[in-house]
Amino acid sequence: MSELSKLTITEAREKLRAKEITAVELTQDCVDAVAAGDALNAYCAKTPEIALEQAAAADARLASGDAPDMCGIPLGIKDLFCTKGVTSQAASKILSGFKPEYESTVTTKLWDAGAVMLGKLNMDEFAMGSSNETSVYGAAVNPWRRKGSDAPLTAGGSSGGSAAAVAGDLCLAATGTDTGGSIRQPAAFTGTVGVKPTYGRVSRWGVVAFASSLDQAGPMTKSVRDGAIFLNAISGHDAKDSTSANFDVPNFEAALTGDIKGKKIGIPREYRLDGTPAEIEKLWNDGADMLRDAGAEIVDVSLPHTKYALPAYYVLAPAEASSNLARYDGVRYGHRATLAKGEGIDDMYARTRAEGLGPEVKRRVMIGAYVLSAGFYDAYYRRAQRVRTLIKKDFDDVYASGVDAILTPATPSAAFGLGEMKDADPIKMYLNDVFTVTVNLAGLPGVSVPTGLDAQGLPLGLQLIGRPWEEGEMLNIASVLEKSAEFTGKAAKWW
Amino acid sequence: MGDHVKCKAPVMSIDKETARRAAHLARIAVPEEDLDVLATELSGILGFMEQLNEVDVDGVEPMTSVSPMSLYRRADVVTDGNQPEKILKNAPEAREGFFAVPKVVE
Repeated sequence: MSELSKLTITEAREKLRAKEITAVELTQDCVDAVAAGDALNAYCAKTPEIALEQAAAADARLASGDAPDMCGIPLGIKDLFCTKGVTSQAASKILSGFKPEYESTVTTKLWDAGAVMLGKLNMDEFAMGSSNETSVYGAAVNPWRRKGSDAPLTAGGSSGGSAAAVAGDLCLAATGTDTGGSIRQPAAFTGTVGVKPTYGRVSRWGVVAFASSLDQAGPMTKSVRDGAIFLNAISGHDAKDSTSANFDVPNFEAALTGDIKGKKIGIPREYRLDGTPAEIEKLWNDGADMLRDAGAEIVDVSLPHTKYALPAYYVLAPAEASSNLARYDGVRYGHRATLAKGEGIDDMYARTRAEGLGPEVKRRVMIGAYVLSAGFYDAYYRRAQRVRTLIKKDFDDVYASGVDAILTPATPSAAFGLGEMKDADPIKMYLNDVFTVTVNLAGLPGVSVPTGLDAQGLPLGLQLIGRPWEEGEMLNIASVLEKSAEFTGKAAKWW
Repeated sequence: MGDHVKCKAPVMSIDKETARRAAHLARIAVPEEDLDVLATELSGILGFMEQLNEVDVDGVEPMTSVSPMSLYRRADVVTDGNQPEKILKNAPEAREGFFAVPKVVE
């Protein structure tokens, strides 16, 4: 069992087209893997009937010779995406029982391309968290464990279920979303590849909004090539999302030539933080060496406002969230508090939200309401927006100097233990995003690639940050890292 | 207006009353006995944000959109209407084609 679920998209595409396997066989194998994978708590809803029906349709398309790249590929879908008739809860109690009457643009594109839905994937509530521990379903569990230990580790967040499912071969690939690092950090924690596209590349329509000016959906895959194939399938202009870019979508897979001779790779000095583990430093230096050996030029660059990215993010994201989450009031969908006699609509709002939202989401919504309130708007929100301008300018300046991509670590550490951060101050959890959050603030593409293991045997990832709209070139450089690092690690199966 | 506060740090800590106000603005019921803890938590997060006061933002435009495009206008037409049943399908309570809520006006 479950040999086929280990395939990459690239491998499966070849076998499906060569008629070595059928989409139904591939899907059945994944369905079995999902059924046997409950210990990872990756899926919050399983949809085997839909999957097998879609697989049969994919086989018909494959037989007719009209098969797009994603045809017959079994995927997991983050719970943040609205899927018609299938629970879409953003891992929150407040959306209990919500079954959308419509389908997100990303998933519509995937099903139109013949892809197969295995189910919905666990995540942090409303994508707010870095460990999947804020989920109403409980935390997803990382397939990886420390050497000689069976302590459960986080699969990262917020797309923790997606990362666990991909790393544990409970699907071939998954959708994720990234507001401050929520694709790249979990990918790094699980030895998988996570792509955050340029803001505007992928439609946000039908994706439950967290912070609209930062959110982007993207692929979580087993290889860089898979990321390129998947990204092509979900990219493009969408009239339903006014922030989606009306630009042509290049063929990202065709950009993977492996030739990076003469490319200029920036190493930002501000990302050398005190207290970064020596292993991460080494991983980073090794990554630079790999690119240099492949003919790239490595240059020191400066992104002077890096230090202010996290505090700016933790003003802007909660501010946008407080506005976006105002719609969860017990009127149109989801949970509504049971009212006592004499209670009115104001009690309904306040009690519904008190009962339906978890502690981290409440904290952020309240912070957001506070920084937007009269008297504090200029001091916090406006100032953070100005700092955001400076952070973007840092990147603009570096790219204007001829740099093609920027190389950084993806995370400040390997995966930590579930519950380990329980009593930590919320800020400590926020620091997980220190290397990734700048990319969202500047609207840039980023990719996390696994390139090594730490002393405890856990995967570590490097991040490449691309020029806007240059995902193809970014992924090409990432493919060189992937090839040079020869990262083939897989979690030993214990579930 | 922003110019008056640019060099001055905003209020560092949130007291119980401010926490109550933030909870009210967010329409989240917080029990009286939890307000002190909430105030401490919110103060911690705001303290972290105070770092932004070190940045010279004089003359810097606030960013409202990260992408180079300006918002376009759509034709003002119904594109996807006439489906009240679908709209109401997930409502906790609906009556006669409307969302139903507790009495608003006495």
